[in-house]
Amino acid sequence: MNNVDQPREHYLNADYGIKSWLLTTDHKRIGILYLLLITFFFFIGGAFATVIRLELITPAGDLLTSDTYNKMFTMHGIMMVFFFLIPSVPAVLGNFLVPLMVGAKDLAFPKINLLSWYLLLIGGLITLYSIIAGGVDTGWTFYTPFSTTFSNTHVIGAAVGILIAGFSSIFTGLNFIVTIHRMRAPGLTWFRLPLFLWSNYAAAIIMVLGTPVVAVTLVLVALERVLHIGIFNPALGGDPVLFQHMFWFYSHPAVYIMVLPAMGVVSELISVFSRKSVFGYKFVAFASVAIAVFGFLVWGHHMFVAGISVYSALVFSLLSYLVAVPSAVKVFNWTATLYKGSISYRTPMLYAFGFIGLFTMGGLTGLFTAALGIDVHITDTYFVVAHFHYIMVGGTVMAYLGGMHYWWPKITGRMYPEGWARLSALVIFLGFNLTFFPQFVLGYVGMPRRYHAYPPEFQVLNVMSSAGASILAVGYVLPMVYFLWSLRYGKHAGPNPWGATGLEWQTTSPPPTHNFHETPTVTREPYDYEALPEGGFDA
Amino acid sequence: MWDNLPLFPAQASTLASRTDALLFFLLAVTSFFTVLIFLMILFFAIKYRRSRHPKAVPIEGNNALELIWSFIPLMIALVIFVWGASVYFSYASVPKDSLQIYGVAKQWMWKFQHADGQREINQLHVPVGRNVAVTLISQDVIHSFFVPAFRVKMDVLPNRYRTTWFNATRTGTYHLFCAEYCGTSHSGMIGEVVVMEPGDYERWLTQNGEGSLASSGEKLFRHYGCISCHRADTGQRGPDLAGLYGKQVFLSDGRSLIADENYIRESIVDPKAKIVAGFQAIMPTFQGQVTEDEMTELVAYIKSLKRMPLNVNPDADIPSPEMRRRNPEVQPAPGEPIKVPNR
Repeated sequence: MNNVDQPREHYLNADYGIKSWLLTTDHKRIGILYLLLITFFFFIGGAFATVIRLELITPAGDLLTSDTYNKMFTMHGIMMVFFFLIPSVPAVLGNFLVPLMVGAKDLAFPKINLLSWYLLLIGGLITLYSIIAGGVDTGWTFYTPFSTTFSNTHVIGAAVGILIAGFSSIFTGLNFIVTIHRMRAPGLTWFRLPLFLWSNYAAAIIMVLGTPVVAVTLVLVALERVLHIGIFNPALGGDPVLFQHMFWFYSHPAVYIMVLPAMGVVSELISVFSRKSVFGYKFVAFASVAIAVFGFLVWGHHMFVAGISVYSALVFSLLSYLVAVPSAVKVFNWTATLYKGSISYRTPMLYAFGFIGLFTMGGLTGLFTAALGIDVHITDTYFVVAHFHYIMVGGTVMAYLGGMHYWWPKITGRMYPEGWARLSALVIFLGFNLTFFPQFVLGYVGMPRRYHAYPPEFQVLNVMSSAGASILAVGYVLPMVYFLWSLRYGKHAGPNPWGATGLEWQTTSPPPTHNFHETPTVTREPYDYEALPEGGFDA
Repeated sequence: MWDNLPLFPAQASTLASRTDALLFFLLAVTSFFTVLIFLMILFFAIKYRRSRHPKAVPIEGNNALELIWSFIPLMIALVIFVWGASVYFSYASVPKDSLQIYGVAKQWMWKFQHADGQREINQLHVPVGRNVAVTLISQDVIHSFFVPAFRVKMDVLPNRYRTTWFNATRTGTYHLFCAEYCGTSHSGMIGEVVVMEPGDYERWLTQNGEGSLASSGEKLFRHYGCISCHRADTGQRGPDLAGLYGKQVFLSDGRSLIADENYIRESIVDPKAKIVAGFQAIMPTFQGQVTEDEMTELVAYIKSLKRMPLNVNPDADIPSPEMRRRNPEVQPAPGEPIKVPNR
């Protein structure tokens, strides 16, 4: 590896001072800004989760009042979904990597990119303000007429915060779509794109098409709450179930905003640490698009007992099974990629294995929730809580952390400490399963979600879950500590420490402000390890 | 079964065993695939580890394999879909011979009323081995009626009657939960379903009676002055309600409908929404005046009014359109064409 001892100008040292960060239009710096911001939101959301798990150690609601508990799970959901998970992979890794991977100097609209960070910041601060001012107790789902008429908390504040953050998401999606369409390097055809770009492209479509619907929905909630215009509350002539249709029309595809980019990360990791092209590249690429398209047609599976007709329930159940197929295809392709590979167990690969394990369990338990007869029993119980945490936390966060480790040398020019990092992957995987697996059982046995107090027979499973959560918390704090440590003490990384093929590895680490010294030209398929001058690195 | 660590809920209804059968099938299928994926990853990861297998063999993909592993999951998914749908059909089809119980959900309690007039709060007494239909409405926000031991759950909406049913197979006391988050004391909106031997249930009914729902409704019918217009002999000010329930009603705008609980309720809270053909929109709204409990009694009274002698079988229990929409096999109301369901 090259030793970069001489000071070299790159995006981090090109300019100094707070203004050079807050007014930057460099996608890499904006990626760092996102990293700092969503890490902050993650720890706030995590603090709420900690309090929830502490309360649930005992059956009686003895630690908090019911109102406080209700605010805790509401704010946990809002913070984690809208301010951490949705921006996580796209806004941090996507921002940093999309221009590098297409061989461009920046995203198509650098100023809009900065604006979208500020929108997330402002949205987050408004939401934080509504927490400090007294909190919100509607659940992150804002079901009507509770949210529009009966809740006495800061619903409007949270709705405004989420609305603004939604525009951040729309702008990011727009930027990705235009960049991937218009700014690819010479020779970089669609089927030479890394799968990370395919999946971020698919997610960007959902961001642009889906997010406006939740924005409209929140505006309608505000109109009914403030001006008493009857939209959702039947006492005013509205329909409460209409809200659920509108909310899930966005919020189901939003799950794919979280998980598609994560799948893109995993495709990159599996490939580079097996030194093989992803098995069935085109199938994996099109599976992303298929998931994005079908994902818009399955929202009703959140409403099987909510008062929709039997026949629409049938259609939504059937479509939900169809969306399961491309997800299964991806898992099979990743597994097949390992076949006759040359597999290394570096930390990002461990995280990728963890992702496949947790995502497979999350996805397969989706077969339970999509089955009409079983969903009647398990919807609104801890089974569903466990299911979506496996997908959104087990899946997305595993991939996000795997991606952070993999691209950390590119982002910072430094290597993370391998031993500690492997330990973190292991601790998170074990802690996660101990936290959330008991919740599947808890749900089927009948514990409803959002319960402050519960019958005593559910205690053992809840204690197991809380114990797991404490392990999980250690697992999440570990990377924060050693990433910071590595900024100063980590080994210098060369331009391409993994022997990877992507364009981002052909420039220096950290990259110069304009990414490439000369515009790269692409002549090969995306994962052509044969063409690399040297055969990788030590396992 | 360990009392502190239940790993499986009690099976106490006919639907419970059907739901669980599908659960076990799903557990088998998903365990198989989980183990398969885990073992393959483990096997490949060990066999092709870099120290033993330093050079990867480039493989692009294999279209046949892609088709196989798309097709097989699709077929399995379709089997699960059909199975799940058949259980759901049973859940959604309220048998017409069901014992009818009414309930009102409100922040944060359950109130139930039996046909003979017994009322109870956060408790529901039902006989074992009999189909029991529970028609529920919410007085405020959305709640959800959830009895894990029966594998039954139904969201309870404001302004709309919805009916779920079960057939309890074991006597005992089971949890009743509110499963849809409804505000401060959501987790306190719990109760119990007491499943009794039929004889015990009959005794319980006689101990707690307060006069039947319909007779309470008749008093309200006079109290609110409904009777001054809705009589056969009042010169057509309001439609005669005798035999209304389950009958086809023609509206002034040309539409027609079958009178069910929700239609009767709507006509009380929002009389102008649907005007019966040949009548004027002169009835005032009773929104906010009639409580949901009283509404239940009024509806029960109107349902109890005897039909015209022309009807084929005055004793037959005519199902509401809601019930028929859920289960096309239930017999149609008089005057309604028989629809053959396409499944």
